[in-house]
Amino acid sequence: MSDQTTSQPRTGSLTGSLSFALAPWIVAAVLLLFLPMIFQANSAITIMNQMWITVIFALAYNMLLGQGGMLSFGHAVYMGVGGFFCMHIMNWDSFERIPLPLLPVFGGLFGMGLAILVGAFSTRKAGTVFAMISLGVGELIAACSVIIVVFFGGEEGISGDRTYGLPFMGVEFLKQIEVYYLIAFWLMISAALMYLFSRTPIGRMANAVRDNPERAEFLGYSARWVRFYSFVASGFFCGVAGALFAINYEILTEENLNTASSGVILLVTFLGGVGFFFGPILGAIVFTLVQTVLSLQTELWAFYAGILFVATVMFFPGGLAGVLMMHVPAIRLGKAKLLLVPYIKTLIPAAIGILGLAALVEMIFHYRHASTGDNEMTLFWTTFDSHAVMPWIVVIAVIVIAFGVMRRNLPEMTDAWDEANHAEEG
Amino acid sequence: MELVLVNIIDGLVTGLLLFMLSAGLTLIFSMMGVLNFAHASFYMLGAYFAFQISLAVGFWMGLLIAPLIVGVMGAGVERYGLRRVHQYGHVPELIFTFGLALLIEELVQFVWGKNQMPYDIPDILNFTAFSIAGNSIPAYKIFMIFISVGIFIGLLYVLTKTRVGMIIQAALSYPRTVEALGHNVPLIFMGVFGVGTALAGVAGVIAGPVLGTFPGMAFVLGSIVFVTIVIGGLGSLWGALVASLLIGWITTFAKSYNIAMMDVLGLVGLRPPENLDDSLLRDLWTVTSPQIADILPYILMVLILIFRPYGLFGNRDA
Repeated sequence: MSDQTTSQPRTGSLTGSLSFALAPWIVAAVLLLFLPMIFQANSAITIMNQMWITVIFALAYNMLLGQGGMLSFGHAVYMGVGGFFCMHIMNWDSFERIPLPLLPVFGGLFGMGLAILVGAFSTRKAGTVFAMISLGVGELIAACSVIIVVFFGGEEGISGDRTYGLPFMGVEFLKQIEVYYLIAFWLMISAALMYLFSRTPIGRMANAVRDNPERAEFLGYSARWVRFYSFVASGFFCGVAGALFAINYEILTEENLNTASSGVILLVTFLGGVGFFFGPILGAIVFTLVQTVLSLQTELWAFYAGILFVATVMFFPGGLAGVLMMHVPAIRLGKAKLLLVPYIKTLIPAAIGILGLAALVEMIFHYRHASTGDNEMTLFWTTFDSHAVMPWIVVIAVIVIAFGVMRRNLPEMTDAWDEANHAEEG
Repeated sequence: MELVLVNIIDGLVTGLLLFMLSAGLTLIFSMMGVLNFAHASFYMLGAYFAFQISLAVGFWMGLLIAPLIVGVMGAGVERYGLRRVHQYGHVPELIFTFGLALLIEELVQFVWGKNQMPYDIPDILNFTAFSIAGNSIPAYKIFMIFISVGIFIGLLYVLTKTRVGMIIQAALSYPRTVEALGHNVPLIFMGVFGVGTALAGVAGVIAGPVLGTFPGMAFVLGSIVFVTIVIGGLGSLWGALVASLLIGWITTFAKSYNIAMMDVLGLVGLRPPENLDDSLLRDLWTVTSPQIADILPYILMVLILIFRPYGLFGNRDA
């Protein structure tokens, strides 16, 4: 993580760099505006709502992990507590005088309040100690949710009704699409604020403290206070995400607080890539889509997610964003097209091989765990008998051939990679 | 009075079990500076392997073989996983072990399914050792105490009295100097990692029949183990022992004596509000000690962190 920078200092005239810097934001805003017109189905909007909430949460998480170098194992708590407070506001008598779009501000403030309390003692150290404390505090609050029934509602959680709020410009937020635009609005605001935070001196110092706390202290900055500020800011945006969750789902339970949710956000952020600002956005989008598709197709989806996660940590610590940004030098040199053919030749067999492995795993699972007599299984639109020999031979042959082809073409790809990243003399 | 004795024995069993996990974890932490999140997963693997082996050749072979397999797997994880991730820094190492913990849990579900395994106490130990005022103490608990104390003494002997132990201790504090003296430090690291995970495996083998062998068992014990070593002070073996016993006794006593918060607050002169059901603090007033027994370690950890951030026996600079 320390070998990646969040951004390069920009060169060029001020106006030029400004429009360059604004371009991704404008594209994102336009996309957010028009996506529900392209995907009009209710299910699509539900998925997008979930996706954007995860994006905010993942970005807030990356303020700690990527920019501050602090690994938190209990971050769901800040989102959850922000959401629980918002739910109580929704159930409060005076809620009819508060416009719903303002609710995330309250959620953020409560998330921030909790972060101030916890951060007061947890940000003393980074690294392992911080991770341990975050885990312990997370577990503590998650366990409290079953005991403190007044606030957390025990096992069934608490629910509310967003439509009781003060109508905002005539909108009562009855429909999913209205909630979508509310979430999209807050997504843009929070993402912009978080990006700007990373540009402020304190955001820059967070990077410095991440990379070399000792040196930052010699410069006269207190590493602890820098960590504390990042932590509190992250808590605020987690609270915003929690409030949006409360608005969208109108129910919060213990599940929003527990370690599993904290683990998921770590997974999302790391898969996306912690080294770049847009990494967590990418991670949240890809993860939500894959989750929605895969969890419908297979019971073993968490198993694949675990393998993907461990493989990412071991082989691509930069995550998805890191892999994409690896290609920037080749594009700058104008040699990216050299990579195209070798990529197709290597990655397509690799993908087939991986799908074959997944098929093998599914077949073993079916063989072991299906009820007796239930020998038929359907995989990749083919139905066959999982107890017959033939399908096993076919699958293993596919895997061996696919990986064989990949191995044969691999040197070609590495050669092309070296060539594409090699500047011409002179 | 007799009940106190029974609880002391129960707490001792829990505490020693915790210690078998936290000892390995602390050793690995002080050696590599990385906290092995998957430590409790190796404990779970120990239980499952022992169950599978006990089906074929009985409990005792399971007790012997399962920790060996777990230790070899642990050493493999260090050699081919952690050592690779080490170059990226400490945080990716932590994330790696966290991912490994997730993966092992899914793997166990994949192989053995989600149900609890019928892994039982062997018949030879399935009797009452003695009874104290009508409360019978099963022989298996005594067996657990003997195994853990035996392992602890063995570990202490190896670490302080043998040449290998001396080299390990030296490698913990000054790995570069030890390397310069001609010892293979990466091999020592791999060995200690393997032994630490094997210890977790032993704990799994003997705890599986009592606490249940199911996919969530790593998670149930895992976070308590981390809390233990934070309370004891990261990297301190004695701290791990004290904290394990402390947590074992605290949770056992909190569960068996029904102390209501209302009585505790009554002692300091506070009276419950008139309309308790409407009060916002009603959960605080009605809470009882068995209810909060499982979160007491976390509360203890937060208190320790606030008043003594380096733990009970920890080094101030660690």
